[in-house]
Order: sequence, then structure tokens, then C-alpha cells
Amino acid sequence: MSDVPETPAPPESAAVPVVETPVAAARRWVIYRRRLPVRLMHWINVLCLVVLLGSGLQIFNAHPALYWGDQSNFNDPWVKLGARPSAQSLRGETRIGGARFDTTGVLGTSREADGKLHARGFPSWATIPALKNLAIGRDWHFTFAWIFLVNGTLYLLWSFASRHFSRDLLPDRAELRSIGRSFVQHLRFRHPKGEEATRYNVLQKLAYLVAILVLGPGIVLMGLAMSPYLGPSLDWMVQAVGGRQSARTWHFLAALGLVLFALVHVFEVLVTGFWNNLRSMITGRYVVPVEEVGHAQP
Amino acid sequence: MRSRDRRSFLARAGAVGGAAWLAGCDRLATKSGFAGWLGSSDGLTERVQRSLTARDALAHEYDESAIASSFRANGSINPQAPEYLTLRANDFRDWRLAIGGMVRAPFSLSLDELRALPARTQITRHDCVEGWSAIGKWTGPLLGSILERAGVESAARFVVFRCMDNLGGVGMYYESIALEDAYHPQTILAYNLNDKALPVANGAPLRVRPERMLGYKMAKYLSGIEVVDSLAGIEGGKGGYWEDRGYQWFGGI
Repeated sequence: MSDVPETPAPPESAAVPVVETPVAAARRWVIYRRRLPVRLMHWINVLCLVVLLGSGLQIFNAHPALYWGDQSNFNDPWVKLGARPSAQSLRGETRIGGARFDTTGVLGTSREADGKLHARGFPSWATIPALKNLAIGRDWHFTFAWIFLVNGTLYLLWSFASRHFSRDLLPDRAELRSIGRSFVQHLRFRHPKGEEATRYNVLQKLAYLVAILVLGPGIVLMGLAMSPYLGPSLDWMVQAVGGRQSARTWHFLAALGLVLFALVHVFEVLVTGFWNNLRSMITGRYVVPVEEVGHAQP
Repeated sequence: MRSRDRRSFLARAGAVGGAAWLAGCDRLATKSGFAGWLGSSDGLTERVQRSLTARDALAHEYDESAIASSFRANGSINPQAPEYLTLRANDFRDWRLAIGGMVRAPFSLSLDELRALPARTQITRHDCVEGWSAIGKWTGPLLGSILERAGVESAARFVVFRCMDNLGGVGMYYESIALEDAYHPQTILAYNLNDKALPVANGAPLRVRPERMLGYKMAKYLSGIEVVDSLAGIEGGKGGYWEDRGYQWFGGI
């Protein structure tokens, strides 16, 4: 992210007052916020995460339960999306630890094309493919895992080489000290304006860093930890995270973390100027919100 | 106002697009070209996994205390083929394992002859393609030693396992692995599970244990071992019962 456009300003911003002067009088202050590699890799990543999530839930549905340790203690999963016959229909029951929830229609049981309730972990609208098919789900999952891995690796290499990482994503000490203030501002939907809005805010930086450095690499490693063929090579890692079934649990939790990240991310994109944000991830251009925007306009 | 209309239009377009996207995924996967492309990543996965793990590196072996109290059985658990029922009624005394195909000296072994061979015992984790794992103790001779005795021809590439169960009533179960996995120092033909004769549910009288692969590669109810140079002419041509039904041939992840 750079204050100074790296390519000539586009026609629409050329018509407005000088781009470089961040004065309140300027009607539009446009910056070139994102370089092409970031934009491209972002959208490849969106595609990968959607396919990986859908196909991952399809794979999970083959045995919709999670365990800790090396093997499956079938009598005592810590998470289970089960189905229980009742007088009228098939009830969906979600177990998390000792707690049980009736989740009929969504988790445990859900309706398929025939309109009837079927026993299945996640519903067909959430899985790729929609119908139960572990083989094709695995094809989708591993193919897009490769694309995700290559894209993610290129992103990390590019981010370090281009100093995107150190300049745009790594918070400095002053920012870290302002976490509390930033948190309150987020809760009050008060978003940075002017000069401050040309950078990511500290919570945003931290969220990106967790997704990029923890959840992304973590979900790949925990996926590999489930491979029996890589077992001999990765045994130290499998043991370190508590065994193969623990790795499967961590893989699932990392996916949950990425889903939560994406929900917050999309929410923030919506509330801080959807079109402006979306454009900045397509063309790179971002209109910096200015403090007294109401007064400045005629 | 215009911007609001535009927004609601895009929101609706997004919802429709989302549904079309999911439906599109399903349609794409059934088209042979795209499905072929999706499935082709299995070859890449195999090559990379083989390059990351040494040829003879051992799968983790556990202590006795790790053995599961009851070892889950999956797939065929009670074969009903008449031939199998006859052999089973007689405790497999009339059963023989045939070793043939691209070998210099085909031969066959009875269960007693198999039990008389030098055996390996290993406590390993069984990982099912469905996602669960169970730890068990397996005993039997190395598949490699049996292949050496038969004398594998130099052009051979795969070992095919013929089975006595017809899962779902259509076609007999079969599997295949690469020769290098067949010669792996933990790939045994197991006749014992947890120090007792292999139960019917787990593949009596004999199942193969390529320990670094998923459960569906560990064919049960063996009747024959065939050494081949190509999988193309066998059954569906994809190298296994589940592979013919869309599953990945390299069951290493």
C-alpha cells in the first residue's frame, strides 16, 4: 500500500484536484492501495477457500465426528453431528463436549432434493459436491489444496520480497499500544479517516497476520499431518499436536478460524464502504474517506 | 436511490450466483474433461509424497497400551459369496493364496504354510478414508519375501490383490499397489489381529497391510496376488474396487 500512485492516475481521478494533497478541501483523494499481485492472489485465494471449505465439509461428512489423540475413541468424540430417530422424524443432534443441541435441518440431519430429512453432518447446500460423494469431494479438495499452497507460498515470498509484509502488515509499537483504542473504535463503527485511512489499522493488521501466518500455514500442515504416507516424515509434528486425530481436529478448527476471519472481513468490507473496498481489490484504487466529507461537498 | 437499487440487484445477483456456483461445481465435476483435471492432481500428490518420504521409512509403531479395545471394521464385514462361506465353514483349511502374474515361478500357499513363514508383528495406526483411525497389532510374513520367492519379472510395476468379497453385489473387491510399496519393510500379509486369527469382519483369513496407505488399499479376504505391468485391463482399469468408483489410486492422504 502506497500513498503515491505507482502508475499514472486513472482518468476519473485526473479530473479532480491533485491526488497527493490530503487536504479536506479535496473532493476525492484517491490512492493506489493495492498492487496487482495482491489483488490477483486475493481472488485466487477466495476461490480456493470456498472450494476447500465446501469439499472439506463433504469429506468431514464421511465421518462427522472429531477426536483428540492418535486414534478415534468412537464412544467419546468431542464433536459429533449425529442423527437420532424420534417419533415423527429424524432429529439432528450436535454434540460438543458434554453438551447436546437439537440441530435438525442443519447439522446432523437436513433435507435433500426429495424434501426428506437425511442423516448427514453438514447440509447439502454447504458441501461440494452437494450430494454425498467422498471420492469427488477429495478430488476437489486436493486439487484446490495444491492451488492454495502454490498461491499462498507465492504470496508469502512476494510479501517479504516487496516489503508488503513489513510496510503494510507489521504493526509498530505505537500501533500495538493503541489496540485498546482501536478495539473501541471498531465496536462503535468509527473507522479511520484521512491520513490514518491510507494504512491498515492495528486490529486489521493483526487479523491479517493471524490468517496469513497461523491459520493458512497451520491448516496446510495439519492436513499433511493426516497423511499416512507422510507419517514417517512428519511423525514429530503429528506427535507434537497430540496425534493424528488431534491433527484432524486442528485442521477443522483452523478452517473454523478462517471462516470466522472471512465473516468479520466481509462484514468490515461492507460497513467501511463496500464499493470503495471492492474496487480497491480489483483496480487497486481506493478513495480515502476524509473527515469533514459532508462540509467539503457543495 | 440508484446506488441502492444497484446494491440490491447485486445482492440478489450474488445470491443467485452463489447457488449457481454450487450447482455449477457439481455439473463441472461430472463433465469428463474437468473431472479428469480434478482427478489428475492425484498423480502430483503421489509424486510429491514419494519425494518427501524415504522409500523404506517406517510408519509409526505404537506400544501395546495403544491398541484399540475393539478394532473397527468397515466396507465388507461379512462376505456372503458361496465360495467364501464354504472356505470359512472349514476354518479356511482348504483356502490357498495364489501368487502369479509376471513372476518366474508361480506358487500357492495354505494358511498353515503362511503361518510357518518368518513373520513380522507391528502395532500400527489404521487410517480410514472416512477420517477415523484405529490402532491394532498385525502379524504376518512380508509381502516382499513372498514376491522374492516367486521372482518378479523386471517389467512388472504393480501388485494386484484379488479378494473373495463382492461389496454391494457388483464385482469382486480388488486392489493394487506399486511394487515399491509392496517391498516396503512393513507391508505384510496379516493373518493375525491382536495375537488372534484375523476375524471375518477384518478380512479373514488374510489381508494386506501397506502401512503408509489408507484403509481401502488394505485389501481383505485375499485369494490371490498377481504381479502386472499395467492396471488397464483389470476390472474397471483404475486399479481397485473403489478406484473404479472414483477414488484416488494413490491412497497416501
